[in-house]
Amino acid sequence: MEAVLLGLVLMLSIFLGFELISKVPATLHTPLMSGANAISGITIVGALISAGAELGTAATVLGALAVMFASINVVGGYLVTNRMLSMFKKKDSDQPGGKA
Amino acid sequence: MSIELINIWYIVAAALFIFGLKQLGSPATAVRGNMLSALGMLIAIAVTLFNAQILSFQWIIGAAVIGAIIGFVAAEKVAMTSMPEMVALFNGSGGIASLFVGWAALYNLGNSTFTDITIVLSILIGGLTFTGSILAWGKLSEVMTSRAVVFGAQRIFNGALLVALLVCSVLFVMDPSTDSPYLYAIIALSFLFGVMAVLPIGGADMPVVISLLNSYSGLAACAAGFAINNNILIVAGSMVGAAGIILTNIMCKAMNRSLANVLFSGFGAVKQASKVEGEVKPISAEDAGLILEAAQSVTFVPGYGMAVAQAQHVVRELGELLEENGAEVTYAIHPVAGRMPGHMNVLLAEANVPYDQLIEMEDINPRIDNIDVAVVIGANDVVNPAARNDENSPIYGMPIINVDHARTVFVLKRSMASGFSGVDNPLFFGENTRMLFGDAKESLSQVIADFK
Repeated sequence: MEAVLLGLVLMLSIFLGFELISKVPATLHTPLMSGANAISGITIVGALISAGAELGTAATVLGALAVMFASINVVGGYLVTNRMLSMFKKKDSDQPGGKA
Repeated sequence: MSIELINIWYIVAAALFIFGLKQLGSPATAVRGNMLSALGMLIAIAVTLFNAQILSFQWIIGAAVIGAIIGFVAAEKVAMTSMPEMVALFNGSGGIASLFVGWAALYNLGNSTFTDITIVLSILIGGLTFTGSILAWGKLSEVMTSRAVVFGAQRIFNGALLVALLVCSVLFVMDPSTDSPYLYAIIALSFLFGVMAVLPIGGADMPVVISLLNSYSGLAACAAGFAINNNILIVAGSMVGAAGIILTNIMCKAMNRSLANVLFSGFGAVKQASKVEGEVKPISAEDAGLILEAAQSVTFVPGYGMAVAQAQHVVRELGELLEENGAEVTYAIHPVAGRMPGHMNVLLAEANVPYDQLIEMEDINPRIDNIDVAVVIGANDVVNPAARNDENSPIYGMPIINVDHARTVFVLKRSMASGFSGVDNPLFFGENTRMLFGDAKESLSQVIADFK
């Protein structure tokens, strides 16, 4: 039953992902991708549990490695996305059709 | 905190991811969207730390601090032109993290067969995402050749690899243990598989690969979620997986090729384009400046060459000068220009070009007949009329920006070598085409100097 429920969650999330992304303008494809990439760093949640659960040295080391790589992904991903997005500016100081 | 309470917070985090992704869809709200999604991540991480399963924190803190510092430095230092490499590396680190999560889940007691299968999946997808991304990074940063590497028995080899992976996976699931030799075989084979998957893909097809690897890094997280029975991993991972697939699909459409074609055939391996012959008409920077001065409407068409020459800032400067001169200035951007989806948009945004001047291919083509001058900067395949006319061309059928329909076309080019896909471009011999040879940045600086 558990697996079936998780399967349902999986299916709904995939549809949601399709819906959310299919309307994004090409201008934002790069930040969108790096933003989505940062979200895939969610695996850090699993990593934290493995690294802290004291299931033996091997599991702890594997968990710690996972925490490290996932934090690179999360921290780097969000920051770089933010950096890119803050560069996208509308033509604010200009009058429409006017001089720069 | 009880598991139920943690799960409720995970729902909040998932909602924030969804809102965040939705707001990433418009330039006006995108910054906020990214912050909402980061907030969701923060909540997910914070409540996880209250999980009763976590007994000790020293490993966690050490690893997280190291990872955060690396991520921070990388994100702050990277040049916008190297963004594709950066995203590839982040994809890779997400992939390997999921591999480790799956591997560590083997140490949980009493895993069901279903769980063991998902563990294998997270190791497999995580592993191939990791090496695939490293190889993509290598190709993008030109540490290695960015051309498609194809060898004779490639398909047979890959087929055998796939069979070996399947066999090892089945044998492992039948008798799972943390020191099973099949476990190490699966890890090694999935690494090899990632390499073999990206090897035959050429530099011009990189936008597809990056999107696909992005999708895989999400799917790996999703599989890891099944392995440790965690909802938020499944929800967030599969959303990213779906997002990556959509982008992949958009990129494939923009090249008029199927995903299978991009993945399995080295570019241009089959067909031989009709030879184009003719005379190119070079133009000096001075004359180009004179024509631009008289132009009412100018559109710049950037390609990867602009990134290489770091010419985005001079392009913007020239654009502003032309605007002051009364011309209407736009930037026409092909969906696969550059080495990742939206690459050119980011570079031009960095150079302070307002995003409302960035025009997509479908919107510029209907009115390109009325453009006085189209300036092609380091783009080749995406403006190649052979894609429209020459059925023998390897890029035949790919939608292009029809710059040859503009009244005058300037092509900025280093020399007469053919473009990335090695395809000849009849545009260069066109009646209304003038070639401005030399480094794009220097040529444009000269035009600007003459203009002033």
